[in-house]
Amino acid sequence: MPAVSFQQVAKTYAGARGSFRALDQVTFDIPQGEFFGLLGPNGAGKTTLISILAGLTRPSGGRVKVMDFDVQRDAAAARKVLGVVPQELVFDPFFTVREALRIQSGYFGVRHNEAWITELLDHLGLADKADTNMRQLSGGMKRRVLLAQALVHRPPVIVLDEPTAGVDVELRQTLWAFIARLNREGHTVLLTTHYLEEAEALCQRIGVLKQGKLVALDRTTNLLAATSSTMLRFKTDQTLPEALASQARVTGRIVQLKARDAADVERLLSALRLANVRIEDLEIGRADLEDVFLEIMQAASPQAAQFQPTAGLLAEAAA
Amino acid sequence: MMISLAGARTLFFKELLRFWKVGFQTVAAPVLTAMMYLLIFGHVLQGRVEVFPGVGYTSFLVPGLVMMSVLQNAFANSSSSLVQSKITGNLVFLLLSPLSHWAWFTAYVGASVVRGLAVGTGVFLVTVWFAPPAFAQPLWILVFALLGAGMLGALGLIAGLWADKFDQMSAFQNFIIMPMTFLSGVFYSVHSLPAFWLQASHLNPFFYMIDGFRCGFFGTSDVSPWLSLTVVGSSFLLVSALALHLLKIGYKLRP
Repeated sequence: MPAVSFQQVAKTYAGARGSFRALDQVTFDIPQGEFFGLLGPNGAGKTTLISILAGLTRPSGGRVKVMDFDVQRDAAAARKVLGVVPQELVFDPFFTVREALRIQSGYFGVRHNEAWITELLDHLGLADKADTNMRQLSGGMKRRVLLAQALVHRPPVIVLDEPTAGVDVELRQTLWAFIARLNREGHTVLLTTHYLEEAEALCQRIGVLKQGKLVALDRTTNLLAATSSTMLRFKTDQTLPEALASQARVTGRIVQLKARDAADVERLLSALRLANVRIEDLEIGRADLEDVFLEIMQAASPQAAQFQPTAGLLAEAAA
Repeated sequence: MMISLAGARTLFFKELLRFWKVGFQTVAAPVLTAMMYLLIFGHVLQGRVEVFPGVGYTSFLVPGLVMMSVLQNAFANSSSSLVQSKITGNLVFLLLSPLSHWAWFTAYVGASVVRGLAVGTGVFLVTVWFAPPAFAQPLWILVFALLGAGMLGALGLIAGLWADKFDQMSAFQNFIIMPMTFLSGVFYSVHSLPAFWLQASHLNPFFYMIDGFRCGFFGTSDVSPWLSLTVVGSSFLLVSALALHLLKIGYKLRP
């Protein structure tokens, strides 16, 4: 039994100017114990998919199960095995941190949960804030409380919707260490994020959504292997010649060019030399998930249905 | 089922704690408002108006003011709690929980009843000084206070589910709840009204709540307390059924 199962999930919103299809026949499973990453640009349908999983939104079609409980027909049982960290930094201004956790625990029917609440507070660095009102906490602290609230009933499946958006580096490290530990202890984790290096470091498998469709689904290592293997990175203050500029990814002074093989590296370097482009800090390395992501996004045209799985992409989507 | 009971109890206590933490605003303020009504109307009209034979106007006014406070505060509790949670987004904690629609209903309405009765008791205690009460049929007092608070708590739940922002909420409160409570005979007997308004009052369920409640104090009323019980009881069931249905289908909660 998979921890999470999406079967042909569809969601259409009726609007003033026709209907909008937020999700289109999304099908995939997440096995128990997996750390799964859901990627996609803004508006791709990640949050809609998670909202359907959490029972916050109803699907227009298809079925979603958590630990074999249908999220619509067996909603209470499904919600009990799910811990969700919402994307928005929400809190109840009437209560202290400990009160908020006790209340959340009570909603799930877990009473006398003090030991676990205290443990959560300790692990998330909230012990000295336990009796502070939620209003007085910083954004980062509120984010930690959201995580604690999601875990207070010890759910086997944890869903994190962009948990590190707007979080400083130190807290991000703390959060990941904690979530990685939960995953090692057997919890299934479903994560959406914009930080691709995070997904690359943490997720065993990755799914990519684009315009409501699942356009890639594979093990992170396969995704990385499936792409062109070499990236040329350097810094320059000059403009690139047209032929190179069209295939380059430029971030400020940093330029990245994709190379198919060693000969291609040669070709790119001589092209730069010919154009008299002065380069600094040249690196030749493997493509990272960001490159893969961009490649997938470019390959998956608006008519993504025609997207052909290459070297493992989508291989499991049909399963 | 055990889970649902524990969950409902948690939500109920959370709702109590919510209004109790701002008790100055949710309990003390309405008590003061009611006292103002009593001082002003009582002072102006005492000795000039006698609604029931042998009952001074101030004494007549007390039960009406108590009931009006019970009703308005029961409504305010569930409605403002829900709208606030919707607007601040923290309703998501409840939506993520396995609580059933019955749990939501009993907790929100239960806490509304407690707040309504707390304010009603407060109003009664401060107004007792101005007009010593009588308890002709105390059981009616209890029955109508509970049913009235329950119905307004459920109505507040519906309004809270429907409203997306505070001004929709206050429109509901100012254009529906306020006129219906004021025109229900809090300050007068409906028998002193012209024929048309007397008829109109009989269509207002709030009239039966106030009249039945007042009957508990004086033993006299505009209509039979049994008729009032029938009207108020069936209104409560109707409103509760609607509230439960909306919760069950996730109206405006789970799009």
